[in-house]
Amino acid sequence: MSVVTVFVPKDAAAVSVGADDVAVALSQESQSRGIDINLIRNGSRGLLWLEPLVEVETTSGRIAFGPVSASDISGLFDAGFLSGGNHDLSHGVTEEIPYLANQERLTFARCGVIDPLDLTAYESHGGLVGLKKALELEPLAIVEEVTVSGLRGRGGAGFPAGLKWETVRKESADQKYICCNADEGDSGTFADRLLMEGDPFTLLEGMVIAGRAVGADTGYIYIRSEYPHAIRALSDAVSSFEQANLLGKNILGSGQAFTIYIRIGAGAYICGEESSMLESLEGKRGQVRAKPPIPAISGLFGKPTVVNNVLTLATVPYVLANGGKTYSDYGQGRSRGTQPFQLAGDIARGGLVEKAFGVTLRELVEGFGGGTLSGRPVRTAQVGGPLGAYIPEAAFDVQMDYESLAGSGAMLGHGGVVVFNELVDMARQARFAMEFCEIESCGKCTPCRIGSVRGKETLDKIIVGEDLEKNLAVLEDLCVLMTDGSLCAMGGLTPMPVTSALKHFPEDFGLARQTVE
Amino acid sequence: MVSNQEERLREAEPAQEPDEKRATLKICQDHGSRPDNLIEVLHAVQARDGYLSDDSLRDIAACLNLTRAEVHGVASFYHDFRRIPPGKTVVKICLAEACQALGCDALKEHAEEVLSTDMGATSSDGEVSLEPVYCLGNCALGPAVMFNGDLYGRVTPEKLDSLVSGADI
Ligand SMILES: Cc1cc2nc3c(=O)[nH]c(=O)nc-3n(C[C@H](O)[C@H](O)[C@H](O)COP(=O)(O)O)c2cc1C
Ligand code: SF4
Ligand code: FES
Repeated sequence: MSVVTVFVPKDAAAVSVGADDVAVALSQESQSRGIDINLIRNGSRGLLWLEPLVEVETTSGRIAFGPVSASDISGLFDAGFLSGGNHDLSHGVTEEIPYLANQERLTFARCGVIDPLDLTAYESHGGLVGLKKALELEPLAIVEEVTVSGLRGRGGAGFPAGLKWETVRKESADQKYICCNADEGDSGTFADRLLMEGDPFTLLEGMVIAGRAVGADTGYIYIRSEYPHAIRALSDAVSSFEQANLLGKNILGSGQAFTIYIRIGAGAYICGEESSMLESLEGKRGQVRAKPPIPAISGLFGKPTVVNNVLTLATVPYVLANGGKTYSDYGQGRSRGTQPFQLAGDIARGGLVEKAFGVTLRELVEGFGGGTLSGRPVRTAQVGGPLGAYIPEAAFDVQMDYESLAGSGAMLGHGGVVVFNELVDMARQARFAMEFCEIESCGKCTPCRIGSVRGKETLDKIIVGEDLEKNLAVLEDLCVLMTDGSLCAMGGLTPMPVTSALKHFPEDFGLARQTVE
Repeated sequence: MVSNQEERLREAEPAQEPDEKRATLKICQDHGSRPDNLIEVLHAVQARDGYLSDDSLRDIAACLNLTRAEVHGVASFYHDFRRIPPGKTVVKICLAEACQALGCDALKEHAEEVLSTDMGATSSDGEVSLEPVYCLGNCALGPAVMFNGDLYGRVTPEKLDSLVSGADI
């Protein structure tokens, strides 16, 4: 028998439920049975409820087994899993698992497929095509391709990437920067992490392309300290890119120069806000800057700077390789392309779902997610991170794109979907939103710094039913004040989870349903 | 430039072992003695000592040509930086929404009980610190816990107990 290739993810989520133990058990068992295997530690496919997901390469494709624990290994050998043999944990051909087969994986095409640090595998799976094209194009033509793609910022604000790049390109300056926002602070989101661990070269490739497009020779990746696995993967990826002359003074002999530095955050949610991130990159307190000027004109060290989210930059290689038009063929309205949604919380099949914009929340939660893990009825989902709205189950037919969500008082944010069952107490969730703002506020402006504390105190009173009418009025005033008066979206959007909870679940605040509706 | 810093350092009060001071200077130099690398330097010094002592902050300020107030301001802004030594074992429990949906509040209470430590505190014997964290990026497999730097998912109270007994707290 030829040597069989077996994949065991080294993604942090997979490792968190035992993937390293599985890899060790697999090596030991194959050795003691005298069978040679080629063990590859890949990224995660994003089918996180199946982690650790072990795949075996066979003539009929890769066969998936999961969730596998170390104690399953000898049974798997007995069942002949190396030739795809039948076993309770088998899910058949990985690519045919409906969860995966029904996705449109453009940004995540390689994630979980290859060894994340194998440059040869990267190239043979379509890597570097975009970069090589970009190196032949004039900067303006690169920007135009990105503009045609309709790609918008995936970090939350949804600003058109092409427009941002064009602003930086047109600035004349002795130094410009590309800053990748890898702070991914939103609870319920992990797509940046999956990508940085599972296909870090894609992000680096996107940054080099961005550098050429706007005339920047230096890039920073600002990554949160909570992601040690991703930090390691990125550092290794940068070294590989440097050795392969894909970073440095003369990239692939093109004359193009680009250097990437990795900077580690220090546990401050606000440092995901772009101007706070720039302050932090300069070694300072992460205090939000007043705008204008925008970073595109005066950013890092006062120089024109592109700040883009991991997913935005990691989508650029696809756009260059396949053309902006191909990317924009996905999606609807002004939301072009695909969005990596993240299903989290009380959900049976949590994980990453990359779909064209327009999929409904119901398809995500019920179709892909399979309802709750607990088996209790779904009550609500918070969409778009801690500053996003709570959407009641009855409204799950909303289409997931920037405009439709905004139209129903919600937002897409970074694409996180956190599912709660019937036991959730929405007044407590509202209180948490205020508490989180209190903990993470940068302190620069009063509506946010003081408003969040007052909001939490007022909700404490509402929760025990004290002066209900008066305190609800205070809360609503506070929300208006924070929305209108905050300097950035931290204070400005904290009211969104609060007011959505109040609007859709008044009974949790001690009100009769009809009083608010 | 380097000798200049050494001079500034020598002027600072010698309240600390010279060895440690030299090591701090070395960390700063490894980071180019650049003030914009302050956060990296703080990370490195904390990785060495487990926390940031007053002496370290003073030495860092001298090396990077910053005021002590500036260094203190940065160290106090970020949740990661500790001004007192942590317990030998550090348990971080995610208390953010996706983990709330899977019962992290009950896990937190269980942890406080078995570790006899309040959330956000270090046990009186210095054995363990229990800390909140807001998302570890493991939101599909919550409740999530970072136990001495290792990430765990689907952490039930029993699972936490086995981690605790494994760590010999
Ligand atoms: C409080 C707050 C937190 C944010 N956190 C993040 C984050 O973790 N990652 C991110 O990419 N963008 C985050 N953003 C959005 C950034 O400010 C910025 O819009 C984004 O990085 C721009 O990149 P994009 O256009 O590619 O999305 C945050 C914004 C706010 C107000
Ligand atoms: S809204 Fe909050 S986080 Fe934003 S600038 Fe004001 S105080 Fe800072
Ligand atoms: S919300 Fe707990 S890991 Fe993300």
